[in-house]
Amino acid sequence: MIVELVFQLLQVTLVILIAPLLTGVVRATKARLTRRRGPPLVQPYRDLVRLARKEAIVADSASWLFRVTPYIVFASTWVATALIPTFATGLLFSWSADLIAIIALLGAGRFFLALAGLDVGTSFGGLGSSRESLFGALAEPAMIVIVFSLALIAGSTQLSTVAAFMTSGAVGLRVTLAMALVAFIIVALAENGRIPVDNPATHLELTMVHEAMILEYSGRHLAVIELAAMLKLALYVSLIICVFVPWGSAIADASVADRVVGAGVYVAKVLAAGVALGVFETSIAKMRVFRVPDFVGAALMLGFLGALLLFVSRTLK
Amino acid sequence: MKGLAFDVSHMLAGGLVLTSFLLLYQNRLYALLNMYSLQAVVLSLSVAWQAFVQDASHLYVTAFIALLFKAVVIPLTLHRIIARLGIQRDVENVVGAGTTMLAGLALVALAEVVMLRIAGGADVLAREDLAFALSVVLLGLLMMVVRRNAVSMVVGFMSLENGLILAAAGAKGMPLVVEFAVAFSVLVALVVIGVFLFRISERFDSIDAEALDSFRERGR
Amino acid sequence: MTAVALCLAAVATLLALALAGGFVAATSFGRALVYGGTLALSLLVLLVAGDALLVGAAGETLMLPLGLPWVGARFHVDPLSAFFLVVVSLAAAAASLYALGYGRHERDPGRVLPFFPAFLAGMILVLVAADAYTFLLSWEFMSLASWALVMAHHREEQNARAAYVYLVMASFGTLALLVAFALLAGPDGHYAFAAMRAAPPAAGAATLAFLAALVGAGSKAGLAPLHVWLPLAHPAAPSHVSAMMSGAMTKVAVYAFIRIAFDLAGSPDWRLAIPLLIVGAASGIIGVLQALMDNDLKRVLAYSTIENIGLVFVGLGFAYAFRAAGFPAAAALAMTAALLHAFNHAVFKSLLFFGAGAVLSATGERRLDKLGGLLNRMPATGLFMLVGAAAISALPPLNGFVSEWMILQSVLLSPSFPQWTLKILAPAVGAGVALTAALAAACFVRAFGIPFLGRPRSEAAERAGEVDRFSLAAMAVLAALCLVAGLFPGQAIDALAAATDLAVGAHMPSQSSMPWLSIAPVAASRSSYNGLLVGVFILMSATTASTIIHRFASGAVRRAPAWDCGFPDSSPSTQYSGESFSQPIRRVFGRIAFVVEERIDMPRPGETRPARLELRLGDRIWNTLYRPLIVAVERAAVQLNRLQFLTIRQYLGVVFGALVALLVVLATWP
Repeated sequence: MIVELVFQLLQVTLVILIAPLLTGVVRATKARLTRRRGPPLVQPYRDLVRLARKEAIVADSASWLFRVTPYIVFASTWVATALIPTFATGLLFSWSADLIAIIALLGAGRFFLALAGLDVGTSFGGLGSSRESLFGALAEPAMIVIVFSLALIAGSTQLSTVAAFMTSGAVGLRVTLAMALVAFIIVALAENGRIPVDNPATHLELTMVHEAMILEYSGRHLAVIELAAMLKLALYVSLIICVFVPWGSAIADASVADRVVGAGVYVAKVLAAGVALGVFETSIAKMRVFRVPDFVGAALMLGFLGALLLFVSRTLK
Repeated sequence: MKGLAFDVSHMLAGGLVLTSFLLLYQNRLYALLNMYSLQAVVLSLSVAWQAFVQDASHLYVTAFIALLFKAVVIPLTLHRIIARLGIQRDVENVVGAGTTMLAGLALVALAEVVMLRIAGGADVLAREDLAFALSVVLLGLLMMVVRRNAVSMVVGFMSLENGLILAAAGAKGMPLVVEFAVAFSVLVALVVIGVFLFRISERFDSIDAEALDSFRERGR
Repeated sequence: MTAVALCLAAVATLLALALAGGFVAATSFGRALVYGGTLALSLLVLLVAGDALLVGAAGETLMLPLGLPWVGARFHVDPLSAFFLVVVSLAAAAASLYALGYGRHERDPGRVLPFFPAFLAGMILVLVAADAYTFLLSWEFMSLASWALVMAHHREEQNARAAYVYLVMASFGTLALLVAFALLAGPDGHYAFAAMRAAPPAAGAATLAFLAALVGAGSKAGLAPLHVWLPLAHPAAPSHVSAMMSGAMTKVAVYAFIRIAFDLAGSPDWRLAIPLLIVGAASGIIGVLQALMDNDLKRVLAYSTIENIGLVFVGLGFAYAFRAAGFPAAAALAMTAALLHAFNHAVFKSLLFFGAGAVLSATGERRLDKLGGLLNRMPATGLFMLVGAAAISALPPLNGFVSEWMILQSVLLSPSFPQWTLKILAPAVGAGVALTAALAAACFVRAFGIPFLGRPRSEAAERAGEVDRFSLAAMAVLAALCLVAGLFPGQAIDALAAATDLAVGAHMPSQSSMPWLSIAPVAASRSSYNGLLVGVFILMSATTASTIIHRFASGAVRRAPAWDCGFPDSSPSTQYSGESFSQPIRRVFGRIAFVVEERIDMPRPGETRPARLELRLGDRIWNTLYRPLIVAVERAAVQLNRLQFLTIRQYLGVVFGALVALLVVLATWP
């Protein structure tokens, strides 16, 4: 019990420690590919600390919701991330929410962030909230249909069970999985505001979405929100890892050594994913805002196609 | 082995459907052509796998033809045609991408159900392959219907043909002659369509197929 | 006294209260008497029905010599009606508490006080009726009482129109239910439910009865495309009545449907699940899209009722299909999900209507683009509204999430259907449910964010103040209920066991034995959710983060003007409004439900007038379905008008002809 608790806590802290590093890796990769030297890998940590030490400036017209939102967003994202079996399945609390609940937790984060965007009463904030609501309204159902596919293959929406099933190799190659993976990557890009959907490095642009919502935040509030955004990226990367490339992660009741190895493998996989994301982002251009619904809608359709194929072929085998 | 054979061929056939959807989704001509090459690659892999599984060496030839012509020659030709004609590179859809994809989904569902009905007794592998092939054919047709641009109509036609090849490769014992015939007919079609495209664009300064319609109206 | 006798006693007292309300309406004592009385009586019914639900036994049937002399009136409380009694009386209790304060703002209490208890009495009577005659009579009584309440503010022109449309649709719905019961009663005229159950109708009649019930109950519940009256009528009534209509009366309609389709119409036919699922999913999507586009706070809530009723019917559709396919456990899951969502919706929709009423009484405004910044001026109302908005958006750990999660879980069981139609339909409906839920979140970001956040868009919003204590207490109770029902869903599910037993013949495995109060619909390895732990985790991590940061980093705050990228504009009209917020969604999804017409009037360079964007949204359903109908009716009316100018001999001829025709029919009847 104690050991289990320790591992659960380890997982909780591991995700929060690795999240800024992942962002650092993505940034470094992009800098290298564009022939810049770029900031050191630990720069995101430094940024967070620097922001947290600063005084927070709150707009006159802001309500209490504005000051509470960063913590709500952060907490819901952190809890969602902590419930993903990153390096080991079957952790102590992994059953307390399944994949649908994790998606809904992220939805809660988005809900409050969009409200915060409206809170100060500026045009940029509203713009961000409005667009984020649109993207969310497409990405969330896409995620749910992807979950349908995964759940039908693995017979569970419980991430631990899904990951264990995928690790066992009983699944083989599946068309549906390929479709789900493509759809999943699209959703992940959209949800994290990465290129081609949104540019995380932009400011003062009419095309910004996530940045527009958090424009009024400063100091520690901004630090918390930034950390939440990094966590969200780590969450999606971990989800992809745990469902589509689960090899190397420790299964339930594994020995302590196995789990430590699993943690190492997990970190390596996350960093590799960061590099891949950096390469992808440099090789593609941002799309128009009203092209995004087509893009995310394609994910919805692909996920749905996969689910459809499974539903039809399911009982006949 | 049986399980793996099934998985891989299923995967490849499904990949073909997937690329058909990606074709439907593309709104730039060059991207469309690249995607078409990708589909051809997937097709040739699928055919090659069938050759390996069925131990039918002539299918390797088919795979090679598909790879050579469809993944390389045809896209390159079309590329050059587009560049030569200076065609506007955005594709205009008659209906929105979302609606098109939705219609595509309905078609896949239809294909599945039809195959379930008429080949319900056949083994799962053959049935699923046939369903996928039918889906690719239907999606190709859909693409020809919803696109205005003649080049993307051509691509739609050729992806339709890919579906036929997939169906043929899945069925055991299809003679090589037929494949040659199909491959060459497509090539001929390409030439004809290429010439045709030149003609349209010379005549109307556009390859929007609806320009032809307006011409017909006037002629009456 | 038995449960049913207590309920009838409550109904009698309510009717007496209604009479008394007519006399003392003008005084503040009258308000206290009526709403205090309804509060006490609905709490009584709540206790009685809650007990009946938990005990789970079928109570006795009470027969009163009322109504038709040879039929009498039968009343009965079984677990299914007990569950809906709980929902109705809970909503009524909260509405009464709210109205103790809110009723003060009523300009013409004589038009509300007598009808409010009568409306409640009508709903209770529908739920305890145990024969077709009593049921329909109570149903009509409920409709008329609520119609009178819709007419309470009859001087506003659109309310009169709303009431007219409502009356027409309600009559149509009752007619459909009449047909349903006539088919169920069969040629021998079994009026009592027990007799109908004992002699189930033939397959054809059962199918027709099912469809008639879907039309009749569906029109009252607000299923698309029969929903057009709902967004007109519900907001027209005073806010506590709107809450009752949206929160409780639609549930009575759901009850009517479950009673007929699941209980009385005999063995299920899987084909009938198809219209149920399609209509449910379509209502969800259309309702939420309409809610996203509308600019009137109360109408947004009314449209969102259509959406939630759609979700309930999706749950019912799956329950029906699973029952037809012979999967009792799955049917129980879907049924529980539907019932739980009905309960949850009653709670948060009442809460939201109370909040809208509070906004209305504080500012006199319902239009979103005239509000803004209310969270600073009405902090408590704002907080409760926020809880309600989060709950209806299905955010964990609140209650709305639990029921939607269960609906999605029942979708995941549907590959086991033997019919390919259902196999294909199920994921489509599931995707529709997910889309609805996601759009609902966007809708309530807008419905809460535009009026409560930002800067005030009008003077009325600027001067708003907090509302009275009764209103706040009612909202606080419901908000707490949203949280509690979300944290302890297992208890709620267990309480529903008897009701689902009655409807689908099975119930979900007991959840109270699960460790840590989590819920697992089928098996823990398949899916589980623990609202309590998720809630505790969120609370813990939020406090940890804030403590650490305040302790070790910085806690300083400075107030300053908004930055807005360096272009702050002092005019509140530069904020995003409700229309601009929903513009992207309108552009992507709008054409599903609307005929969108946008006209941009751009002045030429040098002109000084402002540019204008004109937006016109035409309701597709109204245009394609109702307008031709109205035109046809009008044309028929003109034709029939000729009958008004006949001579006496011709009139007699018409009567004579009708009589002869009737006799001929009678003579040739097989």
